[in-house]
Amino acid sequence: MRRTLLESLTRRPATEPAPVPDAADLAALAQAVDGAARRRLGRSLAIRQVDAGSCNGCELEIHALNNPYYDLERFGLHFVASPRHADVLLVTGPVTRNMREALERTWHATPEPKWVVAAGDCAATGGLFATSYACHGAVDTILPVALRIAGCPPTPTALLKGLLALLQG
Amino acid sequence: MSLLIPLLDAGTQAPQHHPWPRAELDREAWTRLTLHLAGGELDLLGLWGEPDRVHMAVRAPETGEIAAFTLLCPVGTFPSVGLAHPPAIRLERSIQDLFGLTAEGAEDTRHWLDHGAWPTGTPLGTPSAPPAHAYVFLPVHGDNLHEIPVGPVHAGIIEPGHFRFTADGETVVRLEQRLGYTHKGTEGLMQGATLDHAGRLAGRVSGDATVAYAAGFARAAEAALGLTPPPRAVWLRALMGEIERIANHIGDFGAICNDASFAIMLAHCSMLRERLLRAADACFGHRLMMDRVVPGGVATDIAPAGVAALHALLPDFRERLDQLVDLYDSTASLLDRTVTTGFVKPEYVRRFAAGGHVGRASGRNFDCRKTPGYAPYDALHFEVPVLEEGDVNARVWIRIHEMRTSLGLLNQLLDGLPSGPVRAELPAGHGEGLSLTESFRGDVLIWLRLRDGRVERCHLRDPSWFQWPLLETAVFGNIVADFPLCNKSFNCSYSGADL
Repeated sequence: MRRTLLESLTRRPATEPAPVPDAADLAALAQAVDGAARRRLGRSLAIRQVDAGSCNGCELEIHALNNPYYDLERFGLHFVASPRHADVLLVTGPVTRNMREALERTWHATPEPKWVVAAGDCAATGGLFATSYACHGAVDTILPVALRIAGCPPTPTALLKGLLALLQG
Repeated sequence: MSLLIPLLDAGTQAPQHHPWPRAELDREAWTRLTLHLAGGELDLLGLWGEPDRVHMAVRAPETGEIAAFTLLCPVGTFPSVGLAHPPAIRLERSIQDLFGLTAEGAEDTRHWLDHGAWPTGTPLGTPSAPPAHAYVFLPVHGDNLHEIPVGPVHAGIIEPGHFRFTADGETVVRLEQRLGYTHKGTEGLMQGATLDHAGRLAGRVSGDATVAYAAGFARAAEAALGLTPPPRAVWLRALMGEIERIANHIGDFGAICNDASFAIMLAHCSMLRERLLRAADACFGHRLMMDRVVPGGVATDIAPAGVAALHALLPDFRERLDQLVDLYDSTASLLDRTVTTGFVKPEYVRRFAAGGHVGRASGRNFDCRKTPGYAPYDALHFEVPVLEEGDVNARVWIRIHEMRTSLGLLNQLLDGLPSGPVRAELPAGHGEGLSLTESFRGDVLIWLRLRDGRVERCHLRDPSWFQWPLLETAVFGNIVADFPLCNKSFNCSYSGADL
């Protein structure tokens, strides 16, 4: 224990510089997040992740945002356990019909102002599952979506860029 | 003495089923088969449906023989397997939901995958009306008991599922799971799909095991078509598979410790995981190596920069892992949470033929890389760790041993990588194939039937099917606060079992 701690104290931090959000993301967000709401939020966003039927690939990369390389919390972004504490729902998966009710109830439990980020190709477009009897497809068929982050799964860098756009846009 | 040969002889053998035989049985022989399962002479590998028949894959643990059996269901029913052999119960409930085939005499006939939200019931059979009534949990009787419903949306970043706990004070006296929330209709989407498209779907049954699934699908398709992929491709698949195994195990190691509030381990393990995923990206152009294994071989050869990245990472990974293992093993407050917690009886593991760390931590010595074995593992040296204790600590240690084994395998694979092409052209033929592939979680079974180079029907059985029910037994008598530890030490796939 002592060795691990000492090493951590003497080594340079693993955390890497922040990526720069894409201009396209910022432009798309301009309408979604208005100035008044942004002022109320300050520089902090509480995120509630909802798996609406993903294959769990997106969850792995969302988890990676918390590792010391990306260190999501330094930006004021943090994951919360309840939708009642959240500003943003980070939704993954092609919204399975079995998850629709839970997703809607999570949305209704989230206080205003609130935004939905559709993370990953399934959430953004329905992906390979768009035509399935068991899925609704893209998240925007069910909820208003402020931002889409493409990728199967999106890399942590892509996720970080998207979430930073939400703060800075 | 062979158990399976008389059963195969009693039926009509399918002409093009590879590499193991499949025979069509009559009802009497099917029932005999279920009794062998109930008697522990056979392990159930899978039970799945088609609109007019059910199939079962079994393995004789004594001899290692594997075979598939089929029963035609002209009136839409079949003698229940689950009645005598409980591991089949959820599979039968799923067959009922997807195909409308009923298990005769089954005690639990509640829906499993169908939550009443699909446009029609029995979507892969003859469409019917969706179930109208609400799901009923099994009743629990007793003084001073209270219920704790959890999910499907959980507090952490995990997949959705519902857990219904019954607790006596702090102690869990019963857990009932309700899953199916992530059912995506994957097997339905596979019907009629090209091999490439179906392979992409297979790689998204459970994202954390995408390499194992893609390899399993490719191996089943190649068996059906009688194609042997180029040796370099087979070795690269194993290389990807072992990277995937280590990446998941190191992530779980940190996450299990984190569930005991020992966050420093999560930080260090997640850094090792990140470095490994970056090396995977350098090798194959994708951090999780999705869509890199394809029927016929692999989609991309390993990049020279990736080989260098792996060579640079592996010695340091091993050293840091040793350091973290020392930290784990010398932190009494952490061991206090993991030792004796979440005990799984060896008897249950045997009966459910549970694979992966769940089985091997409770004394079941089964790893399909060894038996029946598949290329290139027959040319590699590795041991399969087995422990008897069956608690969270044992499942952590199985992961530690397996990471060390896989690091050794990666060195062997890098050193011995054959040269040559990495993909072969697939003939557009007919045939049926069955494969068993060892994911980090246990054995993945994939069965398919091809016609004119397209998938006519494919079934993918995740190892979690036979692990989830054991989690219900593992939490019995533990405190509610230890459930996350038990659950994470299993790390079952929701998406994999929901399909």
